[in-house]
Amino acid sequence: MDSVAKSFLAEIERFLETAGLEPTTLGKQALGDPSFVFDLRKGRSPSTRTIGKLRVWMQQQNALSKPAASTAPAPLTGETTKVANPAKHDLTHLERLEAESIHIIREVAAECEKPVMLYSIGKDSAVMLHLALKAFYPSKPPFPLMHVDTGWKFQDMYKLRDETVKKGGWDLISYKNPEGVAKNVNPFDHGSALHTQIMKTDGLKQALDKYGFDAAFGGARRDEEKSRAKERIFSFRDSRHRWDPKNQRPELWNLYNARKNKGESIRVFPLSNWTELDIWQYIYRENIEIVPLYFAAERPIVWRDGQMIMVDDDRMRLNPGEKPEMRKVRFRTLGCYPLTGAIDSTATSLLDIVEEMLVATSSERQGRVIDKDAAASMEKKKQEGYF
Amino acid sequence: MTRFIEFTGGDVEAYLHAQEQKDLLRFITCGSVDDGKSTLIGRLLYEAKMLFEDQLTALEADSKKMGTQGGNLDFALLVDGLAAEREQGITIDVAYRAFTTDKRKFIVADTPGHEQYTRNMATGGSTADLAIILMDARKGVLTQTRRHTFICTLLGIRHLVVAVNKMDLMGFDQDVFRKIEEDYRAFAKSIGADDVTVIPVSALMGDNMIDRSLNMPWYHGPTLMAHLETVPVGDDLETKPFRLPVQWVNRPNQNFRGFSGTIVSGKVKPGDAIKVLPSARTSTVERVVTYGGDLEEGIAGQSLTITLKDEIDISRGDVICAANDPVEVSDQFQVEILWMSDEPMLPGRPYLFKSSTKTVPGTLDDLKYKVNVNTMEHVAAKTLTLNEIGVCNLELDTPIAFAPYLENRHLGSFIIIDRFTNNTVGMGLIRFALRRAANIHWQAVDVHKNARAAIAGQKPAVLWFTGLSGAGKSTIANLVEKQLHAAGHMTYLLDGDNVRHGLNRDLGFTDADRVENIRRVGEVSKLMVDAGLLVLVSFISPFKSERLMARELMDEGEFIEIFVDTSLAEAEKRDVKGLYAKARRGEIEHFTGISSPYEKPENPEIRVDTSKLTPEGAADVIVQYLKDAGRLTKA
Repeated sequence: MDSVAKSFLAEIERFLETAGLEPTTLGKQALGDPSFVFDLRKGRSPSTRTIGKLRVWMQQQNALSKPAASTAPAPLTGETTKVANPAKHDLTHLERLEAESIHIIREVAAECEKPVMLYSIGKDSAVMLHLALKAFYPSKPPFPLMHVDTGWKFQDMYKLRDETVKKGGWDLISYKNPEGVAKNVNPFDHGSALHTQIMKTDGLKQALDKYGFDAAFGGARRDEEKSRAKERIFSFRDSRHRWDPKNQRPELWNLYNARKNKGESIRVFPLSNWTELDIWQYIYRENIEIVPLYFAAERPIVWRDGQMIMVDDDRMRLNPGEKPEMRKVRFRTLGCYPLTGAIDSTATSLLDIVEEMLVATSSERQGRVIDKDAAASMEKKKQEGYF
Repeated sequence: MTRFIEFTGGDVEAYLHAQEQKDLLRFITCGSVDDGKSTLIGRLLYEAKMLFEDQLTALEADSKKMGTQGGNLDFALLVDGLAAEREQGITIDVAYRAFTTDKRKFIVADTPGHEQYTRNMATGGSTADLAIILMDARKGVLTQTRRHTFICTLLGIRHLVVAVNKMDLMGFDQDVFRKIEEDYRAFAKSIGADDVTVIPVSALMGDNMIDRSLNMPWYHGPTLMAHLETVPVGDDLETKPFRLPVQWVNRPNQNFRGFSGTIVSGKVKPGDAIKVLPSARTSTVERVVTYGGDLEEGIAGQSLTITLKDEIDISRGDVICAANDPVEVSDQFQVEILWMSDEPMLPGRPYLFKSSTKTVPGTLDDLKYKVNVNTMEHVAAKTLTLNEIGVCNLELDTPIAFAPYLENRHLGSFIIIDRFTNNTVGMGLIRFALRRAANIHWQAVDVHKNARAAIAGQKPAVLWFTGLSGAGKSTIANLVEKQLHAAGHMTYLLDGDNVRHGLNRDLGFTDADRVENIRRVGEVSKLMVDAGLLVLVSFISPFKSERLMARELMDEGEFIEIFVDTSLAEAEKRDVKGLYAKARRGEIEHFTGISSPYEKPENPEIRVDTSKLTPEGAADVIVQYLKDAGRLTKA
């Protein structure tokens, strides 16, 4: 059977399904040949004339059935009119997202010379690591993890990081910008912007250059922020790690072009199409371990610029007269503790968190001090080499 | 206002379960900012409660600063994420947004509408199940509407929704809408887009977006959201034969050798017989392995790993298929190309082609034509420039396993990569293979055509007699067949009489039917050649391109073109069947030589000049040619 006939048959099958027609009815009414569809299925090649004739007929039927359906207002809340097919079990959206992410992670492993997975210890990272384990099972993922450490993460984060690495048998590279360390760069003396620039953005660039990684996985999602919504899954950086949003490669189907020029590197975002709810749902379904800071507990906090900042260790500088108070709080995102705002919460389980999120009125990045500048803040940071 | 993620407290686990069971619809929006496209998406997100308070606050601030809606919320600002876009009020790139209603999950790709962003639209459309084509009720069907529809159809997007926007500016007039709908349907029909829904809306005011418009009581179809929530999603991929393109060979140790990939169609379970293409090796599935444990059955869409009972050589780029229904293998295809680079496409220049998980070098041949995306006309062209669409042949250095795009998006699509800049410079869709690669046995049968032919002491071939009606083709072919038969060879003669009365009796004599006529005869000859026969085809076959098509179906040396060269005057003088006389009287339309052209072969294997040779003499020449060419091996 030739391709013309095959695609035409597919067209007919679709029509039959949507119209709920019997093949014999179609053949008889359109061409006076009840066995037409059966013959086609058996491999008959119809003439261009027959194809044309049948197409016109199907279009007429479509046109006829549309007004008929619209004489009664379509139900806005009725059941979906999914065609029942007992032999078929569709993948759920979460299964589709999982399969897509695994496909992306494997493509990188197959096409890039020296990939690395960035591990920020947050919930998205946790999901990404889990997907990497799944992608290559029973092999170990053929790349190491890298944590760009600012030195100011929550203690609970370091703890989970070390446990996760041990449990998964991962190789971990922990990198701290030595210049920043030497100059004792910190959020208190240098402010959030400079601290982030030196310890996070510069630190990341140095680490990638030092080890010669040509591709780095990150856990960013498109629903987090407007400029991320426009970023490709395979996002190229020039030799200075800059992102050029106006000159991104077209990304078609699931065909990723991982070929790069000398000096270029790729940031790969396998979770691009996930939403915050998807992440929580997946953590729940797969029983993935996350940092306890996501759950509410009594924690010592102080108020800074309208945000609740947790006093995680004794490096936290208190202003004169400032006294930490104990409060039941949790975190929606995790970063450097002096730069991460907590929220009041009583959510002590995953289900509580999801419930809280469903009634939430602010987006998750609200707790991040670094996004607060101009509207284009993230886009600018990314152009400068921020992940 | 409808609240979509309706969560009113209570059982979170049950809620999560319900969320998880939802399916996913991916769609794109095509149209320009003037049509209110970003407003439409912003409105959907807003109405679906996908915006948080801080985002709304930011939107209010932005609306005051840059908004075009005089103090009202400017939903477009939500979507146009890049700074340059916000400044210029246009959409440059594709933006992806996810949102959920209580029926379904959605991922929408917001794509730019201007012609210079056709490639961005194709990017968004390549993964979409549905497209919303926006148009302005004040303007009706425009060139860009036609272009968008054409590209969506090209990409095989199944469901088209036309949102006739800004109905508020036309006083919600029914006649305006009906006229536009009629125009559009007429156009869509002409390019074969058959699943079309047309909805009158006002994205700015919310009419027919989520809730039924009170301003348009005359409209009884679904609202935009109701349609998005109920259109059938998914595909029938699971019911098609099993195909797994190998992404990664999974070899943790000496005892395990698995093949990881995403199933692009069908299902697989232990015990299934498989065949690996292009190598055509066969084995049986042993296990279907995932991190969560072995599966009883893997289905289309899943990323997993399979192991086989036999140790056979398989690498990345191979496709594991159902043994009884494998994919095709070829290195030459007819393809449709959309060019995406500022540097024009150059026929003959080597590019890299990535299809599925395989990347191979190859070249694009001269263009057959390019498509004027505004008028759908086919235009002769030497190259394609940015955003242009054309049809040409693709020749790969190595054969690949594939399926036509309309059958399977995953196995019929490819990207074109420039070898020097490494950029993705184009995208393509495989229409069909031109011939199967000579060194590939797609069906590794034990009795192949050479074995069959050897019994009769011959190598199979097609003797393709072409020439004017009455030139003497059938007479000569008949004499040749007699000689061959007498020498003990297996032959068959196909001519107009025995084919047009049966196989092709549904065809007339228009150009399109003549093409189809020759295509079928070519395919039948191919089967007969495969059966080991010497096939004599006696057809006028007036067009070069169709004779070439038939030639390309055969292996090297199998196609012998014989031009029975008789002048029109001479043929008309003989007029054995009285056809010329009839044609001259205008009683026969499309008569070759009189009212339809005959394109002479330029380099036929054999040219028979009937003014110099008798039919018997011509037959001798032809039989001698076969002997010299080694087609007759019997002494």
